[in-house]
Amino acid sequence: MYDRGKILGGIFIFLVLGTFPFWYGKGRTATPPSLSLDTPEIRGLNVRQCIEPTAYMRSSHMELVNFWREAVVREGKHLYVNREGKKFAMSLSQTCLGCHSNKEKFCDACHNYSGVKPNCWSCHVVPQETPR
Amino acid sequence: MIHSRRTFLKIVGLSLAGVSIQPGVEALGGSDSPKISRRPERLGGKRWAMAVNPKKCPSGCHDCIEACHRVHNVPDFKNPKDEIKWIWNEPFGNVFPELEHDYLAAGWKGRAVPVLCNHCANPPCVRVCPTKATFQRKEDGIVMMDYHRCIGCRFCIAGCPYGARSMNYRDPRPFIKEINPEFPTRTKGVVEKCNFCEERLAKGLRPACVQACKEKALVFGDLEDPQAEIRKTLRAHFTIRRKPGLGTRPQIYYIV
Repeated sequence: MYDRGKILGGIFIFLVLGTFPFWYGKGRTATPPSLSLDTPEIRGLNVRQCIEPTAYMRSSHMELVNFWREAVVREGKHLYVNREGKKFAMSLSQTCLGCHSNKEKFCDACHNYSGVKPNCWSCHVVPQETPR
Repeated sequence: MIHSRRTFLKIVGLSLAGVSIQPGVEALGGSDSPKISRRPERLGGKRWAMAVNPKKCPSGCHDCIEACHRVHNVPDFKNPKDEIKWIWNEPFGNVFPELEHDYLAAGWKGRAVPVLCNHCANPPCVRVCPTKATFQRKEDGIVMMDYHRCIGCRFCIAGCPYGARSMNYRDPRPFIKEINPEFPTRTKGVVEKCNFCEERLAKGLRPACVQACKEKALVFGDLEDPQAEIRKTLRAHFTIRRKPGLGTRPQIYYIV
């Protein structure tokens, strides 16, 4: 075999680089994001319950928001009735951020941690950002 | 366990039958899914339209334009090349080029005429949109835009014979005087236009331009309702539409 040293050396370097993320991150734990639910609006609620159960909101809020988008823009339907029969206006910046008025400590905290970059806010207005 | 061929075929047949009725059972039985509905206070119409009486417009009045652009976060780039327009004034000769001549009735030469999206019954912008970002609402005929889907190809700008569409060549946010938090802004690379205030109709309000006009030069209503004010206006006055020969069936009627 010609150039045995170079080939084996190359394979070795490739393996080291290829497995780098696994042994570099071994034993380390990334601190999970801490989400703050401490807003004046949420404190004022009698029952601290989002539009749907927390587990569903945590796993599927993006699907819910997409569903709202299609309902409002495409079908012209603005009211959402949840499983308990309560009515909500389907509005990202009014209803969602109406309670979660701390976008940086709620939405952004988790999205930054998981590297998700939703482009909602290039158009939708965050109420606090509005110059008064 | 040994099955005869006969029992084996029976079991297979029953299993297949069970699988085939599953979607039906799910569709009928899934009654705890969330429901969506229209707001009860909304203004409902079957075919929205507007009558414009330019003779009532005092010279230099911009009330309708200002109200619309404030409500909808329309930016002002201070540059005619980038200008975003939902409703604006245009000289008579530009609005009705085929009607202009040297001996027009007094006061019509160069008169400012408010123009906006015609919400055509046969809209060319909808036909050319490759992503269905522009669409026509079946229930009331409004030609709407879904900014989420717009890819900024500008086919609609080429398709619209009325110049009612504007492209955001730059980020509009810094150029909005005062942001209305109840309505989204747009982003760079998106086309926008008048939406007949569908977000206000859904709340039971008339369009912002109609409400802002002190002279009642703009009449908005449902053409399918014979008692509506717009039908009375169209019965009482002779009206014309922009470029009717193109077959777009525009729904803005001008009283002359």
